[in-house]
Amino acid sequence: MSVRLAWRKGLNGVMLTLTGVAAFAVVSVLFLILGYLIYNGGKSLNWNFFTKLPTPVGETGGGMANAIVGSLKLLLLAAVMGLPVGLMAGVYLAEFSGKTLSFIVRYTTDLLNGVPSIVIGIFAYSLAVLPVKHFSTLAGGVALGIMVIPITVRSTEEFLRSVPNSLREGAMALGASKWKTIATVILPAASGGILTGMLLALARVAGETAPLLFTAFSNRYWSPGWTQPIASLPVMIYTYAIAPYDDWHRQAWAAGLVLLGLVLLANLGCRLALSRSGIARSS
Amino acid sequence: MASAAQGKIEMTLAPHARTNDSSAAASSTSAVRFEIANLNFYYGPKQAVFSLNLKIPVNRVTALIGPSGCGKSTFLRTLNRMNETIRNTRVEGSILLDGQSILGMDVVNLRRRVGMVFQRPNPFPKSIYENVAYGLRINGYKGNLSEHVEKSLRRAALWEEVKDHLHKSAFALSGGQQQRLCIARALAVDPEVLLLDEPCSALDPVTTAKIEELMFQLKDSCTMTIVTHNMQQAARASDFTAFMLDGKLIEHNETSKLFTTPHDPRTEAYITGRFG
Amino acid sequence: MSASATTIEHAAGPESGPRALIQRLRHGDEVAHLITLVFAGIILLLTSLLVWELWVNSQLSRAKFGWHFFYTRVWDPVFGDFGAAPFIYGTLVTSVVSLVIAVPLGLAAAIFLSELAPRRISDSIAFLIDLLAAVPSVIYGLLGIFIVVPLMRTIIGPALINTLGTLPGIGILFKGPNYGVGFFTAGIVLAIMVVPFIISVSREVLLTVPRDQREAALSLGATRWEATWQVVVPWARTGIMGSIFLALARALGETMAVTMVIGNDPKIVTSLFAPGYTIAAVIANEFTEATGDLYLNALIELGLVLFLMTFILNGLARLLIIATERGGGHPA
Repeated sequence: MSVRLAWRKGLNGVMLTLTGVAAFAVVSVLFLILGYLIYNGGKSLNWNFFTKLPTPVGETGGGMANAIVGSLKLLLLAAVMGLPVGLMAGVYLAEFSGKTLSFIVRYTTDLLNGVPSIVIGIFAYSLAVLPVKHFSTLAGGVALGIMVIPITVRSTEEFLRSVPNSLREGAMALGASKWKTIATVILPAASGGILTGMLLALARVAGETAPLLFTAFSNRYWSPGWTQPIASLPVMIYTYAIAPYDDWHRQAWAAGLVLLGLVLLANLGCRLALSRSGIARSS
Repeated sequence: MASAAQGKIEMTLAPHARTNDSSAAASSTSAVRFEIANLNFYYGPKQAVFSLNLKIPVNRVTALIGPSGCGKSTFLRTLNRMNETIRNTRVEGSILLDGQSILGMDVVNLRRRVGMVFQRPNPFPKSIYENVAYGLRINGYKGNLSEHVEKSLRRAALWEEVKDHLHKSAFALSGGQQQRLCIARALAVDPEVLLLDEPCSALDPVTTAKIEELMFQLKDSCTMTIVTHNMQQAARASDFTAFMLDGKLIEHNETSKLFTTPHDPRTEAYITGRFG
Repeated sequence: MSASATTIEHAAGPESGPRALIQRLRHGDEVAHLITLVFAGIILLLTSLLVWELWVNSQLSRAKFGWHFFYTRVWDPVFGDFGAAPFIYGTLVTSVVSLVIAVPLGLAAAIFLSELAPRRISDSIAFLIDLLAAVPSVIYGLLGIFIVVPLMRTIIGPALINTLGTLPGIGILFKGPNYGVGFFTAGIVLAIMVVPFIISVSREVLLTVPRDQREAALSLGATRWEATWQVVVPWARTGIMGSIFLALARALGETMAVTMVIGNDPKIVTSLFAPGYTIAAVIANEFTEATGDLYLNALIELGLVLFLMTFILNGLARLLIIATERGGGHPA
């Protein structure tokens, strides 16, 4: 074998091995993250965490009950405000719109999707905090709701389009009007995908911190109603992680484990359900 | 019945095939480039080639014919071990290139010596010049690159048409020109054997005739094996023909003999168009 | 009812007229069209409103500083002098560092997944990498603070200072005191966050490269690596570029993870180990503390700048990815 050929084959072996190493390295990061969170978070996870309010600095035994409830309230608001808009706009794009308008709507949706979450926070601040001069759960819900919209639009449209035309034509041939076809045949057919898309959107915003920093702000107590600042898991993790108290660090790990666990479970469940039902999906 | 078939085939035999007829008798004992013995090939559990024995003579054109799915392309691709790019394939038996087993040989070197032209033209998204030069560059060709590129393009009968446009994209060429470019590219590394897998199936008759003419001119310096589903092409352009059916080699003979006096009834049935 | 057979009242009549309109309304299609259009319009409204609010609420700062804002290095809330330069610098530096790490890593992994791995393994690994993309930013920040920062301070930093830091030219990047936080740490964390995007998009694009391109290269006697690197990857070049732009856009806007590890110091320094600041980070840290309208306006103007940066990048990325999809037969 000539020297040159030997060199080429050597290089071949090295480079191909490196690509495998790279893939392995990236995947192992995922497991590393999980491992650290389970180890550090698991240690600190206890009953107090889920049931108690935060205690003053120095006192142990505090928890994040208000943050857990807070995140749920915010998600509820986001769902109520953002999901219907996303759904309807998705229906519009898939079923009704003409060429130019659909391009404009799609382009704008993608634009909104690409806006950094902190800028969305500024926007929600100017809409919901500035006029009333105080932070509120509502403002946080607005921020998260805006973020939910583009994700929902895209997945709704995708799943509506994936419904075979033969179903549409079958209904219309029986005399169903367009909207009836959509409501009674197409939406139900695509419902599995659409619902998982919505769940994924909510899972995505559940972990968002930046937009809440100056909308929902935070709260060391319960937040009754919708017009007061409210605690949320991500913001608590942030606040506790950058503070200099060990007890707070422990709680941050625990909260991180809970948050990541929920987000990953939602993602895992949704994606598995989608792939099993054989619906092609592009993230 | 046989004579009617005979007459029909006689008409399609091109003059140069007939002159080879006489020399073929002498060259049937001449050197052999590939010697395939007891070849079995599997795609996973499914066997595609059964106990194939064949000798491919030097500097001649050997055609592989047979109905779709008979295994001729699969067999062709074992000769440069291209099937190894597909998962779960298995080769059994012996394939000797000039007496050396190709299965033990370095595959990169083998593929330089045994070139391939594919069914659809597949030039790289580079210029015409760079396409032909590619094989030379990776093999570290030390000589005058441009000279060799020109030589290869001339051998592929493409030089006159592209000599003023060497740096244009290969995609600017027509289908037939692209295929000839692929032939030039394959020839550039001076292969001993050229495998052609239905090279004209995507081309029009005029271009096909050009490429057949090309093969006639090339064979003095290059052993060629061509898979074709076009019997007339096999009859026109090849010296030897092998007929395959269901993964088995049914008959192999000098082209003129196979088409005029086939030994096996299945061969006769195929070449008279009763199936395939 | 002496309707003569010759006059038919409402045959295949005109689509206009009050009766037809009522028919259509009863069918509800027009209404449905309108309702869904309104919701789609809400998106348009929201986006325009966003840009408008950013513009209007940064008015004071824009008026006072004009174009100076972009190159003033001062960030002084006390005296009311604000400049974006340190933050633009920090945003760009951390993003570039992250790409320098993520692009080779991501491309290599994508090549492995598309060329070498059997389909099922490739799909499973791609699935896991997609999960990585779903991890919230604050979790990356958590790990950044407690794992990457100490690592940087004790092992990685000293190692790099002693090796690359001694070289001429590139050495200035790796000098100076090393506290563990800083541009480099942020770059590492960002790299991990954007690498899934590069892998996911690049892998999909590489899978669409026609088989016979690779086979043509192999049949000429190329090694597998040569065929992959010199023929397959160039074919997918445009889509891969698109994935890089997407990753860059993501890195620019990343807030939490960066804020937690960058050190929060608005300075322009050459050393990668120095603490720095990014646009997103300063907004996150100082927004609620901002006293006075000018301060707030300056922060919002920074938000506007960030918005424009990501807007342009995302646009370019989309163009590139669309170009690959349309390319079909051969690359652009």
